[in-house]
Amino acid sequence: MSDTALENETSASGENGTRRDFLYVTTGAFAVVGVAGVVWPLVDQMNPDASALALASTEVDISAVESGQSITIKWRGKPVFIRNRTDAEVEAAKSVPMDELVDPQEDVDRAVEGRENLLIMVGICTHLGCVPLGDAGDFGGWFCPCHGSHYDTSGRIRRGPAPLNLAIPPYEFMSETTLRIG
Amino acid sequence: MSGHTSSYDPQNGAMKWLDKRLPLPRLVHDSFVSYPVPRNLNYAYTFGGMLSIMLVIQIITGVVLAMHYVASADLAFNSVEHIMRDVNYGWLLRYVHTNGASMFFIAVYVHIFRGLYYGSYKEPREVLWILGVVIFLLMMATAFMGYVLPWGQMSFWGATVITNLFSAIPLFGESIVTWLWGGFSVDQPTLNRFFSLHYLLPFMIAGVVILHVWALHVTGQTNPTGVEVKQKSDTLPFTPYATIKDAFALVVFFVVYSWFVFYLPNYLGHADNYIPANPLVTPAHIVPEWYFLPFYAILRAVPDKLGGVVLMFGSIAVLFVLPWLDTSKVRSASFRPTYRVFFWVFVVVAIVLGWLGSKPAEGGYVIASRIFTAYYFAHFLILLPLLGIFEKTKPLPNSITESVLGDSDSKGGSAMPSGAAASPETKG
Amino acid sequence: MTTFLTKTVATATLIIGMAFSGTAIAASELHVEEQDWSFSGPFGKFDQAQLQRGFQIYTENCAACHSLSLVAFRNLMEPGGPGFSEAEVRAIAAEVSILDGPDGDGEMYDRPGRLADRFPSPWANEEQARASNNGAYPPDFSLLAKARAATRGFPTFVFDIFTQYQESGPDYIYGLLTGYSEDVPDDVQMLDGLHYNTHFMSGVQIAMAAPLSDDQHEYSDGSPQTVDQYARDVSAFMMWAAEPHLMDRKAMGFRVLIFLLIFAGLLYLTKRKVFASVKH
Repeated sequence: MSDTALENETSASGENGTRRDFLYVTTGAFAVVGVAGVVWPLVDQMNPDASALALASTEVDISAVESGQSITIKWRGKPVFIRNRTDAEVEAAKSVPMDELVDPQEDVDRAVEGRENLLIMVGICTHLGCVPLGDAGDFGGWFCPCHGSHYDTSGRIRRGPAPLNLAIPPYEFMSETTLRIG
Repeated sequence: MSGHTSSYDPQNGAMKWLDKRLPLPRLVHDSFVSYPVPRNLNYAYTFGGMLSIMLVIQIITGVVLAMHYVASADLAFNSVEHIMRDVNYGWLLRYVHTNGASMFFIAVYVHIFRGLYYGSYKEPREVLWILGVVIFLLMMATAFMGYVLPWGQMSFWGATVITNLFSAIPLFGESIVTWLWGGFSVDQPTLNRFFSLHYLLPFMIAGVVILHVWALHVTGQTNPTGVEVKQKSDTLPFTPYATIKDAFALVVFFVVYSWFVFYLPNYLGHADNYIPANPLVTPAHIVPEWYFLPFYAILRAVPDKLGGVVLMFGSIAVLFVLPWLDTSKVRSASFRPTYRVFFWVFVVVAIVLGWLGSKPAEGGYVIASRIFTAYYFAHFLILLPLLGIFEKTKPLPNSITESVLGDSDSKGGSAMPSGAAASPETKG
Repeated sequence: MTTFLTKTVATATLIIGMAFSGTAIAASELHVEEQDWSFSGPFGKFDQAQLQRGFQIYTENCAACHSLSLVAFRNLMEPGGPGFSEAEVRAIAAEVSILDGPDGDGEMYDRPGRLADRFPSPWANEEQARASNNGAYPPDFSLLAKARAATRGFPTFVFDIFTQYQESGPDYIYGLLTGYSEDVPDDVQMLDGLHYNTHFMSGVQIAMAAPLSDDQHEYSDGSPQTVDQYARDVSAFMMWAAEPHLMDRKAMGFRVLIFLLIFAGLLYLTKRKVFASVKH
């Protein structure tokens, strides 16, 4: 500051100083609020946009899925497995004792009552997001080739690094043959 | 970036440690805190700071828009509409960016005219000025290519017309245009490369801005008197004095900017750009964005293709040699009564040229364009060299301090209410 | 000296501007009359009932030829728009058939519209549209209210900055829809299949026949069933279709401006304090 025209700086003490400090703090606070207000649109623009949110539900015709078959459809850009399980598979899933499960959940909680054969799951391994293979693994269900996670016929994690069962998306049966996911 | 002795004094161990290894805080302190600026700067001098903020705003909103934009001839138009309709705050970001371009040019024109008024281009600031003209050219290229991206009718036909300017070059013209297009008309390859360059050029601008500020800090600012800083009492530290003044001016500028973004977002644009590009139909009146209009008028004033292009580029090229065309020893127009009149006439000529650029190229408009184009060049090539020889200038103050204190003494010694007092004719 | 100069400059600009604007006005024949719109000005808002009526006119009258390709059914229930309920919009969408597919057999199929679908075009492609319309292409409605504007001469375009005039598009559309006339002047030689309209941008002959007539559409809210009202409503609807976030924008703009003005005031006071001890 020595090489400029500041001859006599007013002292910051006393009532005058307090009033000045108040002004400085208020102005500074406005600057902070202004910057914060600008930041939010810049952050929020990366969230899913209105057109992506509108695609949040998908309708599927399941009449062609025979017992023992499965189809994969796309919901929100992710694969959803729809498997029409055989009675044997359902039986196998129901007979597993809870204490053998990493993420304990009854098979009845993973399907809709009355249509237990239909298993609808997000086909994303809960480990790091790969898509597991069907009809594979040591438990007759799904097997993730990326890091070796085994899922049973109810899509529950049995062995491997994945921490959770395959997720069940929100869905409802619109009619006997139409399913709405999301 | 500072020519004066450093007054940076690191307070704690960590800052001392850093100062020995990377004296970045020292650079910032010396350039933007303790850096001495003339004490009599008025609001016309706040536009340089504004411009750097505008560059930052354009880069940030541009990067964000590029996250949603698709540079494809089939998808570009709809991707912009997707931003406007579906992306969260997309309409805001896009309007801030498009109107930001206009605000950028408003600020740069005030900045340039301030330089012309106060003789900021004169020795020893020639390089500073030339770097400024380089920034101006880069800005024009960036703005032009940005305008092409929405792929509306004006985008497409603007791109066609402007790239065709190069076909005026003898012998190689056609090949150059084909090379620019990457095809035989403006099409997908053109759009894609324009997007790439539109993303690149702002960072090149930022690089030249650093050189521009560096050159500024070597020679120091001019000031409304045009008298160089001679003593300590001529200056004030950049912070808080220039900082707070720049901040106030910036927020006032933002008020104008917001007025356009929120209430008149399409005022400065052209309605035809909301029609998707159609290579088979040219709009009835094609006009560039407002900030190119004076140059567009010069282009159309000449009945010869090559001549028009040469004159248009010449109208900017003449700025490069301005420091040597102005022969006057006195820097500021405040002490050059005759130049001051011609300066304002030049401002009016530039504005009228802009208005002529928006009119169809027919009848009286063409004749008027020719007269005003001739005056534009005469101002630089005839008036400025002659004025330096014949003009009777007013006596200069001995120093900035004398001009400031003498002025206030004559008004009874009271402190002046605001900074604009030093030169009221420049409202900035 | 200074005031003298400023005045001189201002006067010179004005005189030069006026001199040229005279010719400018004479050159363009198009006259667009400014209408009162609920959405103009800093506090402008869309009138929901009007947008719903405009949508009714669009579907009953215009949609047979004019697409609305950038607007999705879900937009009809979004805030700041016509304000239909979700059930109403689902019903509107379900009435439209959307080409989807391919299905498992590789065939394309029609299905009822859903919320996420955009309005389907009445034409398969532009060529078909032209073939059915005497060579003219009925423009898409999504952006038309922003894509049409009349030239505003000097000094009007300067005043527009302060009056915030941004309604050139709907003004033009309203003018066009009400600008048909049977009284063709003798010096106009009408071409086959074209219709006389004094408010058309490119000449006085337009391919579209007068689309509206009194009592053509039944309004359930008791609004007048006149060409004037129909034209007004559909123009407002088109403005919304072109700028669906208009209300958001104006409301946010007001808050931003208030904030900036207070902030500027504080900065000015701070600046005065900072400079209080220094003559400059």
